[in-house]
Amino acid sequence: MKKRCKWLAVITVSLFTLAFVGSAIAGDTIKLGIAGAHSGDLASYGLPTVNAAKLVVKKINESGGVLGKQVELLIEDDVCKPEVAGNTATKLVSDGVNVVIGHICSGATKSALGIYKNSNIITISPSATSPDLTLSGEYPNFFRTIAHDAVQAQVQAKYALEVLKVKTVAILHDKGDYGKGQAELAQKYFTEAGVKVVLFEGVTPGAVDYSAIVTKVKSKKPELVIWGGYHPEASKIVTLMRKKKMKTTFMGGDGIKDDTFIKVGGQFTEGVYATGPRDISKNALAIQAKKEHQDAYGSDPGAFYDNAYSATLAILNAIQKAGSTDYAAVVKALQTEDVETPLGKIKFDTKGDATGIGFSVYKIEKGAFVEQK
Amino acid sequence: MDFEYFTQLFFGGLTRGSIYALIALGYTMVYGIIELINFAHGEIYMIGAFTGLIVSTVLTMMGMPTLAVVVLAGMAAIIYSCAYGYTMEKIAYKPLRNAPRLSVLISAIGMSLFLQNYVLLAQTSDFLPFPSLVPEFEFWEPYSHILTSPELMILSTTVVVMILLTILIKFTRIGKAMRATSQDKMMAALLGINVDQVISATFVVGSATAAIGGVLIASHIGQINFYMGFIAGIKAFVAAVLGGIGSIPGAVLGALVLGWTESFFTGYISSDYEDVFAFIFLVVILIFRPSGILGRSQIQKV
Amino acid sequence: MTAKQELKKSIIASVWFMFLTFPIMVIKVNTVTHTIDWRWHNMALVGIGSFFLSMLWRYLLKKKEEGGKKDKKAGLSFIQRLLQEKQFALPGILIITLITILFPHIFSMYQTNIMTSALIFVVLGLGLNIVIGLAGLLVLGYAAFFAVGAYSYALLNLHYGVGFWIALPIGGILAALFGILLGYPVLRLRGDYLAIVTLGFGEIIRLVLENWNEFSFGPSGIKNIPKPGFFGIEMSMQTTTIYVFYIVVLLVVFTIFVINRLKNSRIGRAWVALKDDEIASQAMGIDKAKTKLRAFALGATWAGMAGVVFAAKTTFINPASFTLWESVIILCTVVLGGMGSIAGVIAGALLLILLPEYMRDFGEFRMITFGAVLILMMIFRPGGMIEDVRKTYKFEK
Repeated sequence: MKKRCKWLAVITVSLFTLAFVGSAIAGDTIKLGIAGAHSGDLASYGLPTVNAAKLVVKKINESGGVLGKQVELLIEDDVCKPEVAGNTATKLVSDGVNVVIGHICSGATKSALGIYKNSNIITISPSATSPDLTLSGEYPNFFRTIAHDAVQAQVQAKYALEVLKVKTVAILHDKGDYGKGQAELAQKYFTEAGVKVVLFEGVTPGAVDYSAIVTKVKSKKPELVIWGGYHPEASKIVTLMRKKKMKTTFMGGDGIKDDTFIKVGGQFTEGVYATGPRDISKNALAIQAKKEHQDAYGSDPGAFYDNAYSATLAILNAIQKAGSTDYAAVVKALQTEDVETPLGKIKFDTKGDATGIGFSVYKIEKGAFVEQK
Repeated sequence: MDFEYFTQLFFGGLTRGSIYALIALGYTMVYGIIELINFAHGEIYMIGAFTGLIVSTVLTMMGMPTLAVVVLAGMAAIIYSCAYGYTMEKIAYKPLRNAPRLSVLISAIGMSLFLQNYVLLAQTSDFLPFPSLVPEFEFWEPYSHILTSPELMILSTTVVVMILLTILIKFTRIGKAMRATSQDKMMAALLGINVDQVISATFVVGSATAAIGGVLIASHIGQINFYMGFIAGIKAFVAAVLGGIGSIPGAVLGALVLGWTESFFTGYISSDYEDVFAFIFLVVILIFRPSGILGRSQIQKV
Repeated sequence: MTAKQELKKSIIASVWFMFLTFPIMVIKVNTVTHTIDWRWHNMALVGIGSFFLSMLWRYLLKKKEEGGKKDKKAGLSFIQRLLQEKQFALPGILIITLITILFPHIFSMYQTNIMTSALIFVVLGLGLNIVIGLAGLLVLGYAAFFAVGAYSYALLNLHYGVGFWIALPIGGILAALFGILLGYPVLRLRGDYLAIVTLGFGEIIRLVLENWNEFSFGPSGIKNIPKPGFFGIEMSMQTTTIYVFYIVVLLVVFTIFVINRLKNSRIGRAWVALKDDEIASQAMGIDKAKTKLRAFALGATWAGMAGVVFAAKTTFINPASFTLWESVIILCTVVLGGMGSIAGVIAGALLLILLPEYMRDFGEFRMITFGAVLILMMIFRPGGMIEDVRKTYKFEK
């Protein structure tokens, strides 16, 4: 046993010195790191970002690159696991990246950001929506091209108050990370807006039926039910509500803004409200980006493709405008220079959130989501 | 307290309890005979629901009348669930008749995983909409919002199944053989009962009730997916233990008690801790009655 | 049995399986466009597949039966005999030591990470082995103790800045307390009643962690749990990974050492006696309550320590890591490996955790293969991969 401890010490120390010796050597390309889930269960959320970055970079390189330099992509997988994301970030930093597009999941992003921050590397995520990534002010190096979850709750509260004119609301969630987080934010903003929250409860996902909770909601007589969570539970609850002849308005977040929700819930989902990213299908750049993807890969782009496309455009534009990859200069350029992207014309506020993007409210009418203006 | 609210929760709990009961029956019957916690029993319920959906969709597209579709789809679900239950026993449990009990349990867990992923691969991981097999009908108008027509359907079907099952166990030849086998396998074999056949029959009957439960609940909540059997299976198992595993009236009683507990707890306190409360209730009952509410207390022999 | 009969049986099996898989494998309905996709090729595949597989199946079963009759007595497998030979012990240990020391340097960080998780499950399996394999108490909520350990480190660190090395024993002790807390009311329960109560206990712990935001931060979990320190030296990501790997290896060695000693101690023999016959062992003067509680407490201790290491390794925990599924997997490692046998449990845990990881190439077929492997293993080796060899005492005149 003692022998092994000694060994351990020797190895630890020697590795430790190795880590210092192997420092990064700057090249004459601009190194763009892409980090996210590229394998495993959540790969379908991460791979579209890789495609988007490849397409943008290819186009820019063909037209002479940025500041006369070619852009080089360094792609690293983090499987959306916080513990792996730390390793991924370390790898990218030691490979000498200038900026990073990523990570995809909020948890992974959090564990990686500290490492980037210590090395003064700007990170721009197409999909991490946890509010405190930007709002806490802990990570001045972090930007994102997606609206955070709090924005969604604000949109819901505003719409409920101004358009639906409700005074009481019941909030239900599925007890999960995503659902409960959404529900808590909704509770906060509805209370602030002066709407009375008559019920705040979690339901057990996968339970055999939800008639007890529906009965309870009914007895509290709210004017609106807010749902935090994904669509399977939501459609079960809506179906039961309608079968029990309740006409209370139902509203959910982007977790239910999914065509499967309508498909599964059928006629019962008619009139349900859902918030989701603003409709960009008429944006010329978005149409072009989609076409590029279809030409290059023969399929429609996946999740967060437009956000990733925009993030890549924004960061490369900022480097171009800043005239160098210097940290402070690029941050300033991101915050001051407008850039045309598939998401519209965007720049970033001092916290790191993109201005000009956000959520809209959709209503299900005749079996389709219709954006409410 | 508001009486209408109470009755709604009461009937909600009763419906939920009936579904648990239909699944718990299979658990308890199998346990009574070979002392196996059949982890894969929830999957039989899921397969029943899937078969029901597939057959009913195909028949509807062929233009059959609604009543025929309901009857045929229900029958197909029952037949296929029975076939799966039978095959499952032959493959995963029969070769292990003399193995340590825990090995059989692991085999059951493997079977559960296998069947879940089999449906996932052959069909889909998405949720599928399940048609309302029971047409909405108006009855007893001022009270119909307390008890909806599908709920009434579930309750009455459960009652019918219970009665049929009781007749089967009490009065038929195979029922008597089942009771004999569960009391003493060796003795039953000596008296000329084909124990293997009785075990197969138990699996078949248990699967049939699970399939009925699967189709009923799927048509009630309107959607199914490959994972639906797992949680329902666990809950039904809890119900069976609560009532005294191995006892058929116990399983029904346990299921109803569990359904009511969950329903009233959600209604009067909070659904956040619904399951916590259900489990605490279970622990308390078992502390005072270690063999469940209606279970026979085991006699220890030296 | 003639070839003709064999053929007939296989054909029956083939037809049966074609019937069985017909609705689910062949028909795929699209409920939106109202079209049906008839996949007849699947039926052909099932028919041909089950024809040959059923032949293989019967052959293997027959062989198993024959094998069972022949060497009931000389039933020790090659590995078991290897384990008993004293002369192989020293070189064996040396080789294993060398491999573990070199492992993180030969393989990539990813491999080291996976191996670390697998080793954490080895500790869990060995801990559960005390409760199930030795004392014969079927526990289905073992992940609860794992959660207690993980959360005690995370919360103590968050509120009081407690370090890893202090949290390690505290996590173990807290888990042991929970073990006694659970064990006390269920002393009267036997077999499957015990299983279901422990299952309930595991779910209660998880649900409380999920719902009690003020205490455990709910489903969003606890972030930024520090990795273990090494005398205050700052370490790079890679060094820490290797360092954690060695910590887990040491924990495994320590566990093996303790359990090996326990097994042949007074308590260990009391457990085995209690497992075999409660009344007889009580008559021999074994205090049933005390002995059972000791099993619960000791089993839980290892889960608690493994939990602390787990929290330190992932630096992020939430209730989703401690579900019933984790309890079931740990149970599988014990039974699959061979109940009561230390080498067996280690092999079982490594197989069960590494197999799904390396089977990623199988992609979508990963979990179905896993399920099939569990069934087949149990049918052809019901006692586990490496069965426990009971110590036998010979009475000499």
